[in-house]
Amino acid sequence: MTTEKFSYDNKIVRNFAVATILWGLVGMLVGLIVALQLTNPKLNLAPYLSFGRLRPLHTNAVIFAFVGNGIFMGVYYSLQRLLKARMFSDLLSKIHFWGWQLIIVSAALTLPLGITTSKEYAELEWPIDIMIALIWVVFAINLFGTIFRRRERHLYVAVWFYIATIITVAVLHIVNSLALPVNFLKSYSIFAGVQDALVQWWYGHNAVAFFLTTPYLGLMYYFVPKAADRPVYSYKLSIIHFWALIFLYIWAGPHHLLYSSLPDWAQSLGVVFSIMLIAPSWGGMINGLLTLRGAWDRVRESIVLKFMVVAVTAYGMSTFEGPMLSIKSVNAISHFTDWTIAHVHIGAMGWNGMLTFGILYWLIPRLYGKPIFSKKLSNFHFWIATLGILFYAVPLYWAGFTQSLMWKDFTPEGVLRYPNFLETVVQIMPMYKLRVLGGSLYLIGVIVMIYNLWKTAASGTFIGDEAAEAAPLEKIAPASHGHWHRWIERRPVQFLLLSLVAILIGGIVEIVPMLTIKSNVPTITAVKPYTPLELHGRDIYIREGCYTCHSQMIRPFRSETERYGEYSKAGEFVYDHPFQWGSKRTGPDLAREGGKYPNSWHYNHMLDPTTMSPGSIMPAYEFMIDNDLDITSTPAKIRTMQKLGVPYPKGFDAKANTSLQKQAAEIAADLGKNGIKVDARKEIIAIIAYLQRLGTDIKVKDQLSAQN
Amino acid sequence: MFKNYLQGIEGIATYPLFSLVVFFLFFLVMGIWVLKSDGSSMQKLGSMPLNDTTDIQSEKN
Repeated sequence: MTTEKFSYDNKIVRNFAVATILWGLVGMLVGLIVALQLTNPKLNLAPYLSFGRLRPLHTNAVIFAFVGNGIFMGVYYSLQRLLKARMFSDLLSKIHFWGWQLIIVSAALTLPLGITTSKEYAELEWPIDIMIALIWVVFAINLFGTIFRRRERHLYVAVWFYIATIITVAVLHIVNSLALPVNFLKSYSIFAGVQDALVQWWYGHNAVAFFLTTPYLGLMYYFVPKAADRPVYSYKLSIIHFWALIFLYIWAGPHHLLYSSLPDWAQSLGVVFSIMLIAPSWGGMINGLLTLRGAWDRVRESIVLKFMVVAVTAYGMSTFEGPMLSIKSVNAISHFTDWTIAHVHIGAMGWNGMLTFGILYWLIPRLYGKPIFSKKLSNFHFWIATLGILFYAVPLYWAGFTQSLMWKDFTPEGVLRYPNFLETVVQIMPMYKLRVLGGSLYLIGVIVMIYNLWKTAASGTFIGDEAAEAAPLEKIAPASHGHWHRWIERRPVQFLLLSLVAILIGGIVEIVPMLTIKSNVPTITAVKPYTPLELHGRDIYIREGCYTCHSQMIRPFRSETERYGEYSKAGEFVYDHPFQWGSKRTGPDLAREGGKYPNSWHYNHMLDPTTMSPGSIMPAYEFMIDNDLDITSTPAKIRTMQKLGVPYPKGFDAKANTSLQKQAAEIAADLGKNGIKVDARKEIIAIIAYLQRLGTDIKVKDQLSAQN
Repeated sequence: MFKNYLQGIEGIATYPLFSLVVFFLFFLVMGIWVLKSDGSSMQKLGSMPLNDTTDIQSEKN
């Protein structure tokens, strides 16, 4: 048979590898900074370097910059070889690479500037969202173009994972990013309250599933057999793993909203599917680990395998923990605490990080035709990284558990034992310090790796175009009998459609009823739209990332209603574009903050939180006292809200600023009475107005029209 | 409490039934197909990553 000569594009792989390492370093460094800010709030040096703005930068950098580039590095390497074809278009590869880096740079600029949608892991504003969608399409064209030009009939399991990733991430990203722009850098989510929460966590969970998991499983199915020089343990199991995983994963999102105002049926659905997920996840883990059957002795020798074994083990641990955390009674303890943070870091540092490092140690020597510079250094990296993960996670498990039990602790007399939230924070500070140590160890490992890989690359010569040859695909005889899955594997388009159907079923069954009952979300007549001043205050709250530490969701537990007040109702959030329920309580819940303290308390608390709450780790927001509130955007904001169905009276946009100034003057006058001289035009007035509004609508009990 | 609102959706009673049927069929069909599949060709497919000729540098690390 005649063979065709061609070459693999290693340059794009190398570029993505460099980007993975570079952004990994940045993302982890920002992570270390935010961890330090929690132990030493003085490190909130400037408005654009405060915890609330940097924390989203850390999560986005690690997910989309570090792991994102890691995905592309691995996909571009493995896809070409599995399909025996060069990438479809070098130009598209380049556009993909530079486009993705541009997105990352835009994120790194906008997030510290407070330009954010506040939807976790989807914080980027709409112009960047559009750019992401476009670049994702470029990636898809490049990938499918390569598939169509392949010289290998069958699509290996890794490629299915890539296809499912491409299609699902596109669906998730588009649906969750639907928003109406106010201006170039500000938009409001088209969903509100409960619906926004459901869509957000349907996305949020699947960002974990289809960005941090499925593509990396594809990489596992390629690189683990490569490194072990053995085929995957069971190809049949990989088929079950794939289909069961993508079918089940898409339903699991509501487990992020247990005991919230989300309807019970949606919560239960999320729980059931999350628990079932353990089966395919562990199927995959077992498949990965058993690939090393009969080759375990090699793990002692091969640094690549060491990293991969820890990665797959961490995958097993976090996919065991995930279903457990989805059980309502466990979630009642774990939710809003550091337990969740520990859980995701087992995933991010263990699964994604260690697999990435393993692949890098395997790949760079091959791209440069030289063995790794120092085995000792890579061993050092392995041990310090593993130790770092333990030092990171174990203290946070401890912290989460401790804090949750303290929140729920009652004295025999039936009052909260720790009524002051701060007591529960002070208690876990030593754990936060240990976490800093864990993160530092992990980061040191990365720096050592960079040196090691740099020396390896410097000693070799880069093989940019790797020669290969393979026979072209023959025309297939129409009546070929064989396994059903091989039929699908040969047809990427059918494959794509089938996976699309599998993921859409879950999304539709879960989300559509929520949206169609929109008009039926129990309306509470006492719940009114925000005043223009409160709306501005809310936007400041979003800008500063207050949701990263404060929830606005009181769960129906006695320990919470005692501490915070009446539990939250779905009808209270109908005008919340976007919702601000949060996912973590580093500080107390704010759902019923309104009226709890006088305006002057909030003023002083923003100026320096420790004056009102000694020992507080909240950053100071004194710049809000200096900054003028930008009221030029008020009419546009009101009009956008009206378009989204918020019932401001007709023509209110023109009068909104008058109303705003009136309310601001009242607050400033009240502050003045308490000896605080402040200009009514400052941002602090707006944030106080918003905080004083929170949860007050249904405090007026007799106006409650709907019991829910 | 949400029962009332859900009951407002036309044909809501068939939703859970439909979900259960889809779910059951999905795994049934997948299970049967995988069990019926041919082992030796599966093995061939499984060793695909090992067949590409990329080992430029066979130095183990």
